[in-house]
Amino acid sequence: MAAVTADQTTQSTSGTAKAAGRAAGTAPDAADAARLAVFEAAVAADDRIEPRDWMPEAYRATLVRQMAQHAHSEIIGMQPEANWITRAPSLRRKAILMAKVQDEAGHGLYLYSAAETLGTSREELLDKLHAGRQRYSSIFNYPTLTWADVGAIGWLVDGAAITNQVPLCRCSYGPYARAMVRICKEESFHQRQGYELLLALSRGTEAQHAMAQDAVDRWWWPSLMMFGPPDDASSHSEQSMAWKIKRHSNDELRQRFVDICVPQAEALGLTLPDPDLRWNEERGQHDFGAIDWTEFQEVLKGNGPCNEQRITQRRRAHEEGAWVRDAAAAYAAKHTTPSTRTAQPAQHVEETA
Amino acid sequence: MSSSTDWPLWEVFVRSRRGLSHTHAGSLHAPDAEMALRNARDLYTRRSEGVSIWVVPSTEITASSPDEKDSFFEPAGDKPYRHPTFYEIPDGVKHL
Amino acid sequence: MSAALALGDDALVLSHRLGEWAGHAPVLEEEVALANIALDLLGQARVLLSLVGDEDELAYLREERAFRNLQLVEQPNGDFAHTIARQLYFSVYQHLLYERLAAGGGEFADLAAKAVKEVAYHRDHAEQWTLRLGDGTAESHERMQAGLEALWRFTGEMFQPVEGLDATGSGVDPEELESAWLLAVTGTVERATLTLPTGPRTGAWTAGAGRQGVHTESFGRMLAEMQHLHRSHPGASW
Repeated sequence: MAAVTADQTTQSTSGTAKAAGRAAGTAPDAADAARLAVFEAAVAADDRIEPRDWMPEAYRATLVRQMAQHAHSEIIGMQPEANWITRAPSLRRKAILMAKVQDEAGHGLYLYSAAETLGTSREELLDKLHAGRQRYSSIFNYPTLTWADVGAIGWLVDGAAITNQVPLCRCSYGPYARAMVRICKEESFHQRQGYELLLALSRGTEAQHAMAQDAVDRWWWPSLMMFGPPDDASSHSEQSMAWKIKRHSNDELRQRFVDICVPQAEALGLTLPDPDLRWNEERGQHDFGAIDWTEFQEVLKGNGPCNEQRITQRRRAHEEGAWVRDAAAAYAAKHTTPSTRTAQPAQHVEETA
Repeated sequence: MSSSTDWPLWEVFVRSRRGLSHTHAGSLHAPDAEMALRNARDLYTRRSEGVSIWVVPSTEITASSPDEKDSFFEPAGDKPYRHPTFYEIPDGVKHL
Repeated sequence: MSAALALGDDALVLSHRLGEWAGHAPVLEEEVALANIALDLLGQARVLLSLVGDEDELAYLREERAFRNLQLVEQPNGDFAHTIARQLYFSVYQHLLYERLAAGGGEFADLAAKAVKEVAYHRDHAEQWTLRLGDGTAESHERMQAGLEALWRFTGEMFQPVEGLDATGSGVDPEELESAWLLAVTGTVERATLTLPTGPRTGAWTAGAGRQGVHTESFGRMLAEMQHLHRSHPGASW
């Protein structure tokens, strides 16, 4: 028995068992009910579910959908920031920005890997992204118009992402939780560099200060939308919370984010573009204005300022890279012995299990 | 792209410093072992997380099945005499 | 002084070109690899330029004619094979040069000793990809050969003597460097089933090339993009 956790070698045994059952025409039976009970007990006990454990199909589907969307967001999210690498105004900032965009590629990789533990290949997920059948975070459909936008993304967008993601480090699905631990550790640099960038602008020349304020004005509301629709309109929330894929409601996290940002904005010397934003003594939280959910829905539907551009660039990079991937595969086929070429994807463990 | 050009998946194990064993860090795609090692270096040690890397084709790992969990692991649970705390030693006896 | 500028500008400009790949690489793993190389080079550039003056003033406020980098490193990325050909030619040169500088005990010895480890990795990356593209598919072979051909005429410049980098100052003999480079590149190219180009390796213009501040047309546009924001806010700090 190998001493390792074969996260990636996937496709749950139960998946095939179930498929076989279906083929034989048997209905879900007592065995399934027992497995469900084991699964639910594990989740209730805050135990982790691991790739080859039995899990309800809906749990699996929810995870794949969420991890894929998360991974897609990381790699599409490279674009608005990479837009400024070649124009970064100092060499120090340029190094920071390159390292940050690189991290996003890395985070995409961690997340695609986590998704692959459920038997869905990266290629498959990318195909779905390119075909518009899977989403990425709508926030990246907004353009980075000035250098200050790089700071606003770091502070607000990464800040919102972290607020969302820290609870995911305790997500019930082991590989996802582990990927998130790694990602959250790395993300804190992202947020801090954004904040520091904005601080330099805010305390800089008049033009720089105005640039920073303008960026915050444009990114504030879209950042609040990143937490998703209000709880009463969120279709997936309840089940995800029960499964401990999600730990807090959209509105809870949004409120937490607002409360964190208000004093940070003050320290920056910048204002948040919401006339209704004020401390509510009674609630011990900030009240804030109504979010324009029409805009959110429109961007989601594909009508944001950059939807078309983002997906087109992603598709093009993938298509233009095809000959490179083919070349390396062809080289490997010529120069590697069959046993290390791993021509049989993912069947092996299944059979030996 | 067609699945024929899919690069295989590799599991990455990183030794974080000398004296520790390699632990599973994650996975990645690479066309062959040499590139897998390099990709692993770039991805999993870019913040000085490692001093040594192993890469293993994911398909080469044989894992125990969760369905056999009981027969594999439970029998070890009722053998407390394998642990030093099982034994009572008179007070005052040292170095034991 | 001029040697630090020459080496610093090489690293700065190549780092910039590699940075243009962000979001466009053929596979995610390669996004990470190219960014690593770009970051190493940017780090080297900052150290080298700081020997000469303020790194940002040098990077952002010099005119095109004041840059001392090789024309090779300013060449646009082209396709992935073109970029790899540029990486191969340059990283082998830089690796051999820095090995010699580190051993020579001159002004750049310490800096080169640190950088040579990074550069060895860049060279390995370029060689691995040259093999895979050259000996991959018919298409990749053709593209890799085309990349080698297109950039060949920029390679002669690497072995023209640079003040401060000659045999007396730093223990580098340009002729010896050139034969070591040819040997190494030929070896890789042949293993990759490719052919070493045979055309001339320098331009025919007596005005010189990158080391003399004479650049190619695309370099001006690259600098315009790189410098525009910094120059739009004179005296600002970032």
